[in-house]
Amino acid sequence: MQTTDLFSKFDPLIETRRSLLATGVTDPFSLVMEKVLSPTTAICSGRETILLGTYNYMGMTFDPDVIAAGKQALDDFGAGTTGSRVLNGTYAGHRAVEDALKEFYGMDHAMVFSTGYQANLGIISTIAGKGDYIVLDIDSHASIWDGCKMGDAEVVPFKHNDIEAMEKRLKRIPEGAGKLVVLEGVYSMLGDIAPLKEMIRIAKEHGAMVLVDEAHSMGFIGPNGRGVAEDQGVLDEVDFVIGTFSKSVGTVGGFCVSNHPKFEIMRLVCRPYVFTASLPPSVVATAATSIRKLMHAGGKRAHLWENSRTLHAALTRLGFKLGTAEPQSAIIAVIMPDLERGAMMWEALLHEGLYVNLARPPATPAGMTLLRCSLCAEHTAEQVAVITGMFERAGKAVGII
Amino acid sequence: MDRAATAARIAEVIEPFNKNSVAIGETTSFAGDLEWDSLTVMDFVAAIEDEFDIIISMNQQAEIETYGQLIDAVTKLQG
Repeated sequence: MQTTDLFSKFDPLIETRRSLLATGVTDPFSLVMEKVLSPTTAICSGRETILLGTYNYMGMTFDPDVIAAGKQALDDFGAGTTGSRVLNGTYAGHRAVEDALKEFYGMDHAMVFSTGYQANLGIISTIAGKGDYIVLDIDSHASIWDGCKMGDAEVVPFKHNDIEAMEKRLKRIPEGAGKLVVLEGVYSMLGDIAPLKEMIRIAKEHGAMVLVDEAHSMGFIGPNGRGVAEDQGVLDEVDFVIGTFSKSVGTVGGFCVSNHPKFEIMRLVCRPYVFTASLPPSVVATAATSIRKLMHAGGKRAHLWENSRTLHAALTRLGFKLGTAEPQSAIIAVIMPDLERGAMMWEALLHEGLYVNLARPPATPAGMTLLRCSLCAEHTAEQVAVITGMFERAGKAVGII
Repeated sequence: MDRAATAARIAEVIEPFNKNSVAIGETTSFAGDLEWDSLTVMDFVAAIEDEFDIIISMNQQAEIETYGQLIDAVTKLQG
């Protein structure tokens, strides 16, 4: 009998999982939501659960206008396009959502992909090829790393948010080589933001193009919700903004906006854009409606920040160790001592009726186990108070506080 | 800088990273013998890059498994 095959490389992970589940803890990676009641509540295992682990920051998933637009598009255009954007997969709705994005960001070009992952994969791999250099933060999202790998450029990482480390690497790149600096506005594991103003200035001084992933900031960071670069006054220095519809926008899809005069050629040369089916008409209709509503969502935005500040202060007061000293985004990462107690705490919270994300290496930096909380503009002040009580009881039961 | 001089400087840089005081030779492997995790590798690569004012891209790192290969690569990268 064969004892090793191509799956042998997964043995350590299979063993980690087996020993974790052997403790009797509920599998944190196979939760099913039986019914979703609102942006902030769902039925999980038969009980009503407060959702604190979605990326539904602005609560747009159940917005009546958004739902109506989706239903109308389903009636008018059918369930799917069955085609690539460059062949038979561009409907009026795809153009309309790209127009909405151009207006939202005040940029000349917008290109919509089928997921946010594909937006990073496609843009990065297409613009930085063999012989070019990509300088990126070590804590970058998987989609950024995969884009680097696919494009075959020389990949040079630097220590997380370390301006000096980034500059040193830029300085050492050979004369004449193409340079791309890849940054994120909000880093989603700890919920911390990047010093984009200084980093972008230095990148430009060294002749690099700059791509910023603003997936976790769209809709509520910056005067117009355009993200961290806008908030720090440097959006016009950014060559490419990557974003997603699967967070604040409340559906699925990814995009890149840019002012580069030759940007439209990307539609013909970017393989993850060309060789995949376009988004269904209902999805682009919900996205366009949602994006236009996010342009005028000042009240919701203020309430989301209030929620983030309140929960951050409460968890700090209870003695939990958090990813950032002050709330910098809508993500609050609670640092767990290890995977086993992290899973126990996750389960204790679920029994309390609260869903958060359990995050573990390799997704997390520095080998950390995190309980990641992401707030929603639709969480009420009462829900935030209830959540605090749940954390207190669960934390004491598991012995973390 | 020739290979011997490069090797001597790398030996100094590696010292604080060699927590288990493993005897290091040309064939010592970073992942296997030194048991470094990815974070240690990143910090060590940054230290080597700063010491010699060079870039060792991830693509180049993939080709460097042993101490001897590192000395060769750094000697070459200094031009």
